[in-house]
Amino acid sequence: MAVTDAKTLPPETVSPRAADAEIESSVSVASQWQLMWWKFRKHRAAMVGGVVTLIIYVIAIFVEFLSPSSPGVIRADYTWAPPQQLHFFRQTENGMRWDPYVNGYKVEIDPEALRRTFVIDEEQIVDVGFFVRGETYEMWGLWESDLHLIGSTDAELPVYFLGADRMGRDLLSSMIYGTRVSMSIGLLGVFLSFFLGILLGGISGFYGGTVDNLIQRAIEFIRSIPTIPLWMGLAAALPTDWPPLRIYFGITIIISFIGWTGLARVVRGRFLSLRTEDFVMAARLDGASELTTIWRHMVPSFFSHIIASLTLSIPGMILAETSLSFLELGLRRPVVSWGVLLQEAQNIRSVATASWLLIPGLAVLVAVLALNFLGDGLRDAADPYNR
Amino acid sequence: MLQFLLRRLMFMIPTLIAISIVAFVIIQLPPGDFLTTMVASMAAQGEDMDQSAMRALEEQYGLGQPVHIQYLKWMQGIILRGDFGDSFGWNKPVAELLWSRLALTFVLSLASLLFVWVVAFPIGIYSAVKQYSIGDYFATFIGFLGLATPNFLLALILMYIAFKFFNQSVGGLFSPEYQEAPWSWGRVADLLAHLWVPVVIIGTAGTASLIRVMRANLLDELRKPYVVTARAKGLPEWRLLFKYPVRIALNPFVSTVGWVLPTLVSGAAIVSIVLSLPTTGPLLIRALLQQDMYLAASFIMLLSILTVIGTLVSDLLLAWLDPRIRME
Amino acid sequence: MDTPVLIEIKNLKTHFFLDEGTVQAVNGVDFTIHQHKTLCVVGESGCGKSVTARSILQIVDQPGRIVEGEILYHRPDRLSGVGLSEELPSPNGAGGSSSTEIIDLAALDPRGRQIREIRGQDISMIFQEPMTSLSPIHTVGNQITEAIKLHTDMLDDEADEHAIELLRRVGIPRPAERLETYPFELSGGMRQRVMIAMALSCNPALLIADEPTTAVDVTTQAQILELLEELQDDFGMAIMLITHDLGVVAEMADDVVVMYLGQVAERGDVESIFHDPKHPYTQALLKSIPKLGVSRTMQRLDSIRGMVPDPYNRPTGCMFGPRCDHFMPGRCDAINPPAIQLGDGREVHCLLYEDE
Repeated sequence: MAVTDAKTLPPETVSPRAADAEIESSVSVASQWQLMWWKFRKHRAAMVGGVVTLIIYVIAIFVEFLSPSSPGVIRADYTWAPPQQLHFFRQTENGMRWDPYVNGYKVEIDPEALRRTFVIDEEQIVDVGFFVRGETYEMWGLWESDLHLIGSTDAELPVYFLGADRMGRDLLSSMIYGTRVSMSIGLLGVFLSFFLGILLGGISGFYGGTVDNLIQRAIEFIRSIPTIPLWMGLAAALPTDWPPLRIYFGITIIISFIGWTGLARVVRGRFLSLRTEDFVMAARLDGASELTTIWRHMVPSFFSHIIASLTLSIPGMILAETSLSFLELGLRRPVVSWGVLLQEAQNIRSVATASWLLIPGLAVLVAVLALNFLGDGLRDAADPYNR
Repeated sequence: MLQFLLRRLMFMIPTLIAISIVAFVIIQLPPGDFLTTMVASMAAQGEDMDQSAMRALEEQYGLGQPVHIQYLKWMQGIILRGDFGDSFGWNKPVAELLWSRLALTFVLSLASLLFVWVVAFPIGIYSAVKQYSIGDYFATFIGFLGLATPNFLLALILMYIAFKFFNQSVGGLFSPEYQEAPWSWGRVADLLAHLWVPVVIIGTAGTASLIRVMRANLLDELRKPYVVTARAKGLPEWRLLFKYPVRIALNPFVSTVGWVLPTLVSGAAIVSIVLSLPTTGPLLIRALLQQDMYLAASFIMLLSILTVIGTLVSDLLLAWLDPRIRME
Repeated sequence: MDTPVLIEIKNLKTHFFLDEGTVQAVNGVDFTIHQHKTLCVVGESGCGKSVTARSILQIVDQPGRIVEGEILYHRPDRLSGVGLSEELPSPNGAGGSSSTEIIDLAALDPRGRQIREIRGQDISMIFQEPMTSLSPIHTVGNQITEAIKLHTDMLDDEADEHAIELLRRVGIPRPAERLETYPFELSGGMRQRVMIAMALSCNPALLIADEPTTAVDVTTQAQILELLEELQDDFGMAIMLITHDLGVVAEMADDVVVMYLGQVAERGDVESIFHDPKHPYTQALLKSIPKLGVSRTMQRLDSIRGMVPDPYNRPTGCMFGPRCDHFMPGRCDAINPPAIQLGDGREVHCLLYEDE
């Protein structure tokens, strides 16, 4: 009795939305990924977040080359040296000339505290060069090199673009090295939790019944425990005599141990809700095999969501590692992460003398913000049909 | 409603048992125990421990026994006598150290929760109603910033600013004169005057996420047909807004306590360490590092129980607010 | 035997301004609703019938807006001025009351006091989804008495009593107990009855029903339609019924408006539309209905060829042109057919009738 030709018409939505439904037809020729890209592109913050994230990971890859010095080099005579500003041009008789340099330090004795402090000496000039030869390092553990993107041309006069810490270690180099550790812990942690989440979420969704119930109760239970005390307890359980690499993996596992619950929920929820979606039912009725249904219809529609959730869980991992390391329960030198660097800022005295010690916090902030924006954009774009 | 309450309480029992086991097991994980740590540190100072004294201590704490026996002994003490064991590090019963610290943690977390709600609720509504306005973008940006800043970093920055520009310390929950004083109105007022700093620091991240939750919920609700129905009745916009979509978006908002509370308690722990507040945080970390097992286990257990109870309260609140849950 | 005019829509245009472009959901619609009569607006999904209805109450969702045209509401005397009858009206209501006040609803501020007084009091509306159109967490009583308390000065008890009476009238058993129940405790049909009770609570002059039976099963659908007819006899309101179901039209309508892509294709009284459809679209629609009494083997249902065009790429000239069997190249794709009067209040937008 209906007016409409059943083939052409979706069930009518509540009317103003009908206008939206119509819009889809104009873009009906675009593929799912194209639609996502269009939608993502419109999300400007997400684009910026994506670019920043990319840059951070590139830095994490080329750490050895990018950092002027090694993070472990102690120079006792440069304790708490303040940041030196990089100048690109030098004033000469015939105008400005391209010749990067920084001003050197002179030492003053603080009459009250009776200790040495460094001040920037405008008179003194330390030449800075690009692609300079400096300390040797092993690139990716594969070959030796001593080429650095930027550094002092004089090995006797180190430069501190972001200042030095209590032991005269270069903060910039430490931060660049820290990027690799902090960002990779986030990535590795997410993959570990993803694995656990898919496995347990899948089991939960697949078997249902008692198993599902048990796993769900376990998830609820883990989520109800305040994370920091739990992490602290677990991290304190790592033997102090473990080698740094093992501690690194230990911490990653501890962090993922909490993180997987969120992902498991997402996976299970997606699977359960998709099973009852009309298009899945339609595919089944069309005679598609179980595998085709899952692979061609279900996976594409939730894969993008998973990527978005993964991106959104990385910041949590990074923050967790930072907090633990800050509390001296996580990573320890010689491994440097942003959290390890922030340990230096633990007491107010150090911060008051050397406020640049807070800069690694900025790195955390930027990384987490970028990943959050990126993940947010991905999540919105993951559902291009949902307006 | 009573049935609902009873069912929830029943559900809590296994959770509580699991919490106590987890707390105890975590403490047992590190190799060695308090005694070995003590012996090691004494050895480092060139002292030796008397074998018989060690034997006596081992006997006293049942250190040589299997883990489950130790656990049962511990639980028995708690349930029957409220005895949480002794703190090795402090040489005192744990119970003596526990309650005042836990009470302050509770006050701090609760105050943070209230702060989070009071701030996030109106901003979330504003952001949703004025979607894509400048105010919305601003709130979103601040929210993201709040989410991205680790609690302890915020605490450090605030401490630095206070120290550098106002030359004062923001740590602690009491002024020196009230530090050890017994409770009085003056002490309460002093506490409140100090409380806001950690509350703001701890609350920031939670506020940010709750604004997003409230905004998303309300945006969903604003699109629901019942809003059109109400509008078609001739209700003024603001009355409509508060009676229907805001009221309904409040439910998921209230239920967020379930995950906000654990974050707040976590945040309180770490911020307390940085600001050296007399709450559980600083004591917990020390206990963990010293393998002061009963103290650490008691803290982890009670913090978790606190959270679980908070979640229960929020569930009850939700059931009271939402007939669909109440009548399930 | 026409009753006085209640609503006169002239050249109404409601557009949605989206990032992707402007959707001309309603694009130059004219028709008239008479007091106590039932007007059916019929058409495919997305043809703009719901948006037209919402435009009358100024409740078009963002980013939609009335951009042109008039919606003249001839306010019946009994509703003009302050207050309204607090009792249920006698059968056949305030028959034939002449109108004094004419309000252009399209010109009112969508958030203003004037339109809010008309909503729910003069004109009320029921929706397709009785499930989601009621608040899940407020009681039925709360939601019904809301409009009553808003538009009259009844006290709580009186409003409750009035609500119970309304629930009884819409055929809900044990109405007094129902006041305390929540919508999710009721069946779909019961919920729609509650919606109707709510809509009639202030005895409106016009009830807009936006596909009220789409979401309920066939038996309930018949009951609801029957109820609407009964209530029209009792309350005397006009009904604007939006549907895509020609069966419903045949059963309920006095007058019919056929819409296609935001425009009126044809309008007239129900008899002539069904027996002598003029517009090729109406003709095609009617052919797609199965007929009783024709042997099944003989019967092949016609479907209209092609698809409803994309709202961003509307055809030039006649909207129905690309799908029309009588398409005249050079004319139909050039001229947007104007309204052609065929007498007896019939009107068709088709160049085939230009010379008549």
